[in-house]
Amino acid sequence: MNPDRTLEPRGDADERTMLQKRVDRRRALSILIGGMAVGMQAVTACSPLSPVSDEERETRLLAWREYIKGNYRFMSEEERAETIARLERLAKLKRGVDVTIQSTGAQPGVMFGYAFNISKCQGFRNCVQACINENNLDRRAGTQYIRIFEMEDGVVDLDEADATFQHEVPAEGHFYMGTQCFQCADPPCVKVCPVGATWQEPDGITVIDYDWCIGCRYCMAACPYWARRFNWSAPEVPAEELNPNQHYLGNRARKVGVVEKCTFCIHRTRQGRLPACAEACPTGARVFGNLLDPNSEIRWVLANKRVFRLKEELKTEPRFWYFTD
Amino acid sequence: MHLKPFAVSALRSATSGGRRYHLWMGSLTLIMLVGAYAYSRQLRYGLGVTGMSDHVSWGLYISNFTFLVGMAAAAMMLVLPAYILHDVDFSRAVLMAEAVAVAALVMALAFVVVDIGNPLGGWHLIPGIGYLNWPRSLLAWDVLVLNGYLALNLAIPFYILYGRFRGRPPEKRKYLVWMYLAVMWAVSIHLVTAFLLAGLPARPFWNTALLGPRFLASAFTAGPAFVILLLALIKRETKYEIADGAFSKLALITTVAAQINLVMLGSELFYKFYSPTHHGINARYLFVGLGEHHALVPWIWTAIGLNVLATITLMIHPLRENPRWLMAACAVLFVGIWIEKGLGLVIPGFIPSPLGEIVEYAPSAVELGVTAGVWALGMFVLTILVRVALPIELGEVRSPYLDEERVTPIVRPRSRRPAPRPVRPVRTR
Repeated sequence: MNPDRTLEPRGDADERTMLQKRVDRRRALSILIGGMAVGMQAVTACSPLSPVSDEERETRLLAWREYIKGNYRFMSEEERAETIARLERLAKLKRGVDVTIQSTGAQPGVMFGYAFNISKCQGFRNCVQACINENNLDRRAGTQYIRIFEMEDGVVDLDEADATFQHEVPAEGHFYMGTQCFQCADPPCVKVCPVGATWQEPDGITVIDYDWCIGCRYCMAACPYWARRFNWSAPEVPAEELNPNQHYLGNRARKVGVVEKCTFCIHRTRQGRLPACAEACPTGARVFGNLLDPNSEIRWVLANKRVFRLKEELKTEPRFWYFTD
Repeated sequence: MHLKPFAVSALRSATSGGRRYHLWMGSLTLIMLVGAYAYSRQLRYGLGVTGMSDHVSWGLYISNFTFLVGMAAAAMMLVLPAYILHDVDFSRAVLMAEAVAVAALVMALAFVVVDIGNPLGGWHLIPGIGYLNWPRSLLAWDVLVLNGYLALNLAIPFYILYGRFRGRPPEKRKYLVWMYLAVMWAVSIHLVTAFLLAGLPARPFWNTALLGPRFLASAFTAGPAFVILLLALIKRETKYEIADGAFSKLALITTVAAQINLVMLGSELFYKFYSPTHHGINARYLFVGLGEHHALVPWIWTAIGLNVLATITLMIHPLRENPRWLMAACAVLFVGIWIEKGLGLVIPGFIPSPLGEIVEYAPSAVELGVTAGVWALGMFVLTILVRVALPIELGEVRSPYLDEERVTPIVRPRSRRPAPRPVRPVRTR
């Protein structure tokens, strides 16, 4: 374990200023195209041949504005507020649901970390279900961010483990080990993205701008922990099960053809709450907290327990540790 | 001022021909339409209509992509001796090889486009209005080198053909430097594509230093093999002469590359199987299967069988010198490398997953349709390019604006053909 590397936030302020110029150019272009689109809308609106309702017209205009917007990472605060307003309005227009999308940024002095107690986990998978509900995961495809592997006592080998067990737990002579996105300090998935649609936030969470992702799935090939999921078809979440408390970089509605992943419940944890999986766990196997706070439980675990990480040899420096009682 | 007649005559060359020609182009168009319909289903319902899954997240499309990048690169194996080493046997084959490169690149890029989940977001890649993650992402490198290579392979033949068309023989000093660049570029496109996979420690099957060299060896096998088949067809069907020397030299290149390819395969197998570690588990899935999971085993052994058989045939001199055996060996080799470098390379990288789970993959009907459509597109492009280039090369088509006096005779070294005929207005065969 290399605490310095894991605990240090990785700033990209220089890159941001460098890219500001490009962004301005892109913004100018998008305003130009947007203006043309408004003109087109006006023309079609006057045409008696295409009776389009006001709502439909508004939806189309908003969808077009969304199409030409830039990468969230390089947006100004103002642009972020605009796109969020559009997305909230579109959710209302298209699905009739009221959602609140946050853009809460990383809090200073915070670096999130996770620890998983192998001795305690009983394989109930309450965390899996809580994650599905909390993060609006595609119900039809059955997408899950968390995998719980059942292993035989005496063998810690994922090749021999079973993540699809369907029997009463805990099974005799077995133990359980959960995986999800480990929010690596040196994430291979971020490096490979050709359009910079995924990046690491200053609080250590690797996020995706779902609207900037082109769906090439290179990140899925690059992840050594199989943490990323793809929307093979349009995701379906029944309106009554939808979690309206959303974050732009987290659990908001995803499109078909883009990649998504666990964000340590960014919409909750940035407001000081626990991720849904940690809250749902009935055994207390999940410890989540701020690595920069010397009094946090996670720091106590790291200091007092013998911890290890999966595939340390790949040097991706996961911020997710396993330990035993 | 010659551009318009050039375009008109190119269009005429491409659209006129005998019954068999129209039948060929008609069938390709039909297959492309089937592909377009399949792709429309994919656009409508998402990539869920393919056989891919979160576990096997790349499939037939990317398999074809890696293979075709190799084909494109291999065309330069002809350019090198012809223009830089002044080997005249090759000089007439070069334009055809460049047409193969262009067609292969068109297919490779098309396979990437159909594989992308959000193709409307393609503009995000364009620097300036979008953001290209270069130099960090190898995929960004690939976007640059593939498009650059396509531009080079379009520009150089255009310069040569257009020069001939308007009666000005192309000047070597103007294009030779670009030729040098294209040769180096050819190696780079294939290495970059190999690095794209080899740079992922998450996938031990690809994460080997041998992947780049193996890519080159297999490319220099399948590429020239395909060019041999194409040249034989051109020689049989048209008046375009191709020296026998070109065939024997190409066959030699193919033979040597096929041998090196087999040596590297053996080296890979030894490394993966002599000490079977966790890193060899994907190779075990590919070659012998894991438990009841063995979908790729018959494919890879077919590929190895074909490659070994063809390589041995090519190594026996009398057989290699015999056109019929040569053609058969080239066709077999082409299919063998296509399996080995396509399905046999990309799919096992995902099985088992990095967390040890085994989910198998089989392409869906939609995927097969799109794949057939893209291949038809490539053959369509190749046919048109060859069709346009041949009459110009043969001196049958010239710009109508040319005065007879101004025409510089085209000098071809050691040409057995008579001096150029008097210039006539645009005419097709």
